[in-house]
Amino acid sequence: MIKIVKRDQPSRAIFFFTPVLAIFLTLVAGGLIFFILGFKPFEALKFFFIVPIADKYGFSELLLKATPLCLIAIGLSFCFKSNNWNIGAEGQLTFGAIVSGGVALLFYEQEGFYILPIVILAGAIGGMLYASIPAILKTYFNTNEILVSLMLVYVSKLILDYLVVGPWSNPEGFNFPETRQFSDSAKLPLLFEGLRIHAGIFLALAAVVISWFVFYKTYLGFQMKVSGFSLKTAKYAGYKGKKMIILVFLISGACAGLAGVGEITGPIGQLHREISPDYGFTAIIVAFLGRLHPVGIIFASLVVAITYLGAETAQIFMQIPKYTGQVFQGMILFFLLASDYLLFFKIKFIGLKK
Amino acid sequence: MHKFLIRSFVSSLVLLFTLTVAAVAKDVKAAFVYIGPTGDHGWTYQHDVGRKAVEAAGFETTYVEGVPESADAERVLRQLANSGHDIIFTTSFGYMNPTNKVAKEFPNVKFEHATGYKREHPNVSTYAARFYEGRTILGTIAGTMTKSNVIGYVASFPIPEVIRGINSFTLAAQKVNPNIKTKIVWAFTWYDPGKEAEAAKALIDQGADVIAQHTDSTAIVQMAEKAGVYAFGQASDMDKFAPKAVLTSVENNWGPYYVDRVKAVANGTWNQKDTWHGIGDGMVVISGLDSQMPSDLQAKVKKLQADLASGKVHSFTGPIYDQKGNLMVAEGKTADDGMLAGMMTYVKGVEGDIPK
Repeated sequence: MIKIVKRDQPSRAIFFFTPVLAIFLTLVAGGLIFFILGFKPFEALKFFFIVPIADKYGFSELLLKATPLCLIAIGLSFCFKSNNWNIGAEGQLTFGAIVSGGVALLFYEQEGFYILPIVILAGAIGGMLYASIPAILKTYFNTNEILVSLMLVYVSKLILDYLVVGPWSNPEGFNFPETRQFSDSAKLPLLFEGLRIHAGIFLALAAVVISWFVFYKTYLGFQMKVSGFSLKTAKYAGYKGKKMIILVFLISGACAGLAGVGEITGPIGQLHREISPDYGFTAIIVAFLGRLHPVGIIFASLVVAITYLGAETAQIFMQIPKYTGQVFQGMILFFLLASDYLLFFKIKFIGLKK
Repeated sequence: MHKFLIRSFVSSLVLLFTLTVAAVAKDVKAAFVYIGPTGDHGWTYQHDVGRKAVEAAGFETTYVEGVPESADAERVLRQLANSGHDIIFTTSFGYMNPTNKVAKEFPNVKFEHATGYKREHPNVSTYAARFYEGRTILGTIAGTMTKSNVIGYVASFPIPEVIRGINSFTLAAQKVNPNIKTKIVWAFTWYDPGKEAEAAKALIDQGADVIAQHTDSTAIVQMAEKAGVYAFGQASDMDKFAPKAVLTSVENNWGPYYVDRVKAVANGTWNQKDTWHGIGDGMVVISGLDSQMPSDLQAKVKKLQADLASGKVHSFTGPIYDQKGNLMVAEGKTADDGMLAGMMTYVKGVEGDIPK
């Protein structure tokens, strides 16, 4: 007989095991979908998860893709750990890119070592400013940060549209919706000749180290953890809730803004209407798949990044619709949430007694 | 003996040549990069119809759909160039810079970028269609069919391509009906059924009884069908989505160009070009005319179509005035391609300002 029993305490082993289980179940379900669609499941999975990263170039593209996801997810983990539901990282990314792109355009055709740091800083500040809106509205007017941050995503995209169609459009560009190309001094240096991987990866790695230190070695990290478990407890303990809410939103916004900087001053090199394929939203999956743990987020960002690359390869070589990449992202989250059931409940096999 | 030798030499040369051509032709692989899903109508669908024509001509093709214009486009292009494709068609404006960047690294692969203007390397060509010629036909129909003399126009982005379409449409409508006004609603999207339907609704509420569109979904013709006004299909024949509302459609027909260019690669005759084809070359096609149109209008449209194709009629023939009454094109003159490519002012008769 099978019996489901509530656990006395969430299991720590299960906590880190379920993401692996979720990925495994996604692979099985994915293979099944490929089979139903009439593709050879193992071959399809090979083109999806192995072929894209089999060479040096592919691996560098994986890191390039994982960089913004990791950076944003680290930022989001500050919010999520402390019970602040920032859903608007995409908007903070976009606004960060707008501010940093604007600064980069100011330095058009200028060279100098000082330009890039200013451009990067501008992006972080842009993201922070944008994230401060839902934070301030939440602390002082008790608004719902989920709604506010989400809605601001669309606002930021409209601002970007306006700028690249209108005042910032390339004067030599026949009014097409794009800015001029940034000067080389405003672009992140490439790490290897012929590959697109750029210095932005160090920003992501720095964020990983700093977040680990903050989460596990500081008073702030402890406060965040307590607030995450129970807001009432945090209040009893006398933590300054408002200050913390604003702080985590600022950190989160800065990370998203920096991810935007990485895209426009890295592989894109200009502002146009489509600077992010929804990294800000996908990073939410990454944050949860990584269990809001800095090291977990590194692995999760690599796993999710590969679903993007694999979808392209699978379409080129096997004519599998590219949108299956999104199906995989959805399935990972679905299986993760479903298997979280095991955190709180355990399945007991009880022998029949005579 | 002498003659025989020459003859056999020549015939073996011919044979060798045919064999080589056949071998090369068989080997040419074409790739297509799409901005959206292939679907059953619209911009990407029409490119995919073109791709199928290339397949039908005996070439192998590959496509990747839904490629964002973000940093991802470059990777997809490089992957296609790296995996044995000889010619790559990039079918959205936003692929312009990645196309040129990747073309530099793969000088033996030919790149064809739709709707752009940058050809930075000898292996990059650009191509676009003179959709404004189709809009001259639509304007003629709209100007004749309207009763309220208010014509609605759902526009996407204020770029020359769209402004040119609005102007061409309005000039043609004025020619058959000097009292018409063209009202514009900017949707700021190429594809968003919700926004497009709202835009159409707003125009209908302002008294428009014919709606034209420069966006991609079928929401506008369906809204027109519901409201009992006329509309025109965009990119594909949209008659089946709104049989009563749709009077005709302007179809994008890329097949002949694609087959031509892939064959050129096979024959080794491919060269860099900037192609801008219209009705005459068959890149712009007018769908069947709806029976609600009176027969004299139908005849007129057929004749206009033939005249645009032959070059007897030009969509932008002077005198043309801008909204303030300044002369844009003098009497008897036609606008040159440079003027058309940079067109950023409305002609007289269009209401409102171009968003800045």
